[in-house]
Amino acid sequence: MLSRDADSLYWLSRYVERAENTARILDVAYRMASMPISYHGVNSNEWESALVTAGSMDQFLEAYGDVEITPERVIEFLAFSETNPSSIQCCFDTARHNARSVRGALTSEMWEAINSAWLDLRRFKAKRIRVEDLPRFLNLVKETSLRYDGSALRTMLRNDAYWFSRLGVYIERADNTARVLDVKYHVLLPQDAEVGGGIDYYQWAAILRSVSALVSYQWVYHQNLRPWLVADLLILREEMPRSLAACYAALSRHLDDIAHRYGTTGNAQRQARASHARLTNRTINDIFQHGLHEFLQDFIHENNRLGHTITNQYLC
Amino acid sequence: MTDRSIFDEMNGSDGQCRDAYQVLQEWLKSAPPQLLEHRREEAELLFRKVGITFAVYGNAEAEERLIPFDIIPRILAGHEWARLTRGLEQRVKALNLFLQDIYGPGEILRAGIIPPELVFQNPYYRPQMNGLALRGGIYVQVAGIDVVRVDGDDFYVLEDNLRTPSGVSYMLENREVMLRLFPDLMAMQRIRPIENYVDELLGTLKSVAPATSSAQPTVVLLTPGSLNSAYYEHSFLADRMGVELVEGRDLFVRDEVVFMRTTEGPKRVDVIYSRIDDDFLDPLVFRPDSALGVPGLIAAYRAGNVAIANAPGTGVADDKAMYSYVPDIVRFYMGEEPILKNVPTWRCREKEALSYVADNLHELVVKEVNGSGGYGMLVGPHATQEAREHFRRLVLASPDNYIAQPTLALSTSPVFTESGLAPRHVDLRPFVLTGRDGVRIVPGGLTRVALKPGSLVVNSSQGGGTKDTWVLSE
Repeated sequence: MLSRDADSLYWLSRYVERAENTARILDVAYRMASMPISYHGVNSNEWESALVTAGSMDQFLEAYGDVEITPERVIEFLAFSETNPSSIQCCFDTARHNARSVRGALTSEMWEAINSAWLDLRRFKAKRIRVEDLPRFLNLVKETSLRYDGSALRTMLRNDAYWFSRLGVYIERADNTARVLDVKYHVLLPQDAEVGGGIDYYQWAAILRSVSALVSYQWVYHQNLRPWLVADLLILREEMPRSLAACYAALSRHLDDIAHRYGTTGNAQRQARASHARLTNRTINDIFQHGLHEFLQDFIHENNRLGHTITNQYLC
Repeated sequence: MTDRSIFDEMNGSDGQCRDAYQVLQEWLKSAPPQLLEHRREEAELLFRKVGITFAVYGNAEAEERLIPFDIIPRILAGHEWARLTRGLEQRVKALNLFLQDIYGPGEILRAGIIPPELVFQNPYYRPQMNGLALRGGIYVQVAGIDVVRVDGDDFYVLEDNLRTPSGVSYMLENREVMLRLFPDLMAMQRIRPIENYVDELLGTLKSVAPATSSAQPTVVLLTPGSLNSAYYEHSFLADRMGVELVEGRDLFVRDEVVFMRTTEGPKRVDVIYSRIDDDFLDPLVFRPDSALGVPGLIAAYRAGNVAIANAPGTGVADDKAMYSYVPDIVRFYMGEEPILKNVPTWRCREKEALSYVADNLHELVVKEVNGSGGYGMLVGPHATQEAREHFRRLVLASPDNYIAQPTLALSTSPVFTESGLAPRHVDLRPFVLTGRDGVRIVPGGLTRVALKPGSLVVNSSQGGGTKDTWVLSE
């Protein structure tokens, strides 16, 4: 297929995934912020950590200057701002632009998912949103992502177009899960753990909720929330679909699919396999011993590098 | 409602329902009153959902708009279509021979039938095409010939579109929507299918592939990009043909061979279905500032390593000044009388014509020779005094740039409006494909309709709409 089309598909999926992730981040901030102060701690600023998780703190400061970080400003910046290229609104603008340029490679179900969301979201921008309206907006974003993903899974031919679009999903998802963990890594450190409740309990629950894993946790571990198990679930457990290990299992598999179809393998395949191996051959104890924060920082860096390698090998 | 002096496609000139419309009329009579309104809403939803939009130049707010679709079909009887088809085939064959001639021996110029300056000073004349032997002698693989009529007998050609005619995606989508909305009505009569257009187009394009290409030539559709007003159509056609939709930056030329950049490395391209203006094809040859084109493309083309459809330089045969000579062109190359009529045309470049036009603007349509899309045009009878004065000055300042035609009493066709059915003026653009294996015309075309009462301008950029066009089996 055309390199430009593969690139558009890859980024289309990344932007839809990014919009969903940002919606989840905002959703968690909204929930945490609406709890009584005794639940989330006096010093926590959930809206601030939403900015950090979304990787948008620097741009926020640039756009607003040194102002108080209010819910309204964060919502505006992460959801609607035109100056923030990763705002949900911008994600959908870019996604639709890409979708238009690869219309032929999309099934009509995928196109309709993007196009109708884009039309609906424009209405939200038109009348300025109030904080209470946020959940409705976020639901729409999440439903769109589900619909897009579901359409891709159910209707796309299993060929290179499909594989490139999946690569976009998993690179973006791995990045997001790693960031969610990294922002809260301090509450995951074992020495801070007060078993059976306390303020951090809600922070761990929030982490799990932000990746739709609160119930899954119970199914996997059958016990109360333990910070190292939260980290284990989101880093090493392949059965957890948003874990780093699951993302890399999928990246390796789809890169191999492409190599197999094209009859030639390259750096992207080798890199993905190596990263995947690093996630399968270790325990969460190893990771904590070497430092969770350092591990996550390295991972985010490596994941970015794989993105560049894929681009150089196929997309330009 | 009906203005008796104007021929109506459904009700003729005398208010009697014409044969081809009998089934429709019966059906309309028996349909519950709300049905049409519901179907119209459904149609709009369908179009919106699939994203069939077009961009309007210079209108940032309505960057993408739906072309209004009217649910009442325009119907042609089998015998009307048969005659029209013969005329179209004759005309397009002659135009191809004309292009072959002016970029070759130039016999028609030596015979004194066409003033040479009309060719050589034409902005669409491309000296780079001189002396090139195109495969099958075909310059225009895809033509969209706009026809109108004023009575039940004759078709007049309004315009020959020989560069990058658009609209065929609307023809196909309109039919798909009608099949979903009115299966019962459509089952009641024998409507000829048009869905094979895309196969015919691909077959036509493959037939002109360079002799050196493989048995399965690689065809691509070259688009200016997603900001172009016809982008939807480009992606639609590429998708339906199963060929890559490429932009200039996806292609490159090495050793006079064209390649596209793919995820598996460079892949050779044999046929380019170009939807870019000539001017932008190759910055080395035409506009050096073009970022849309492919450097070296024309060299590859001249070396015979790639086919471009339509060929560069076809615009010389479809501008409005050349138009008035087409009947002579048909006679010269075909040795026959033209089957399709031309609208009588005053060439302002000729002194007598100019003074006539300047004195009679109130009853003429004046068109810029190289304008398109309904821009740069004056409909005299409907224009204000100031607008006419403005045009008079334009025409007198550069007479070569203008032609004028009488305002035809274009036929009308009923459209569905808030207050029931009402007549609106229509034209028809059938698409004529020419390959090495002959001419193919699918039975139908794009019917464009002026949605404002009395308006004669059907262009989508000027608020026109479209209808499905049914050709009945004989």
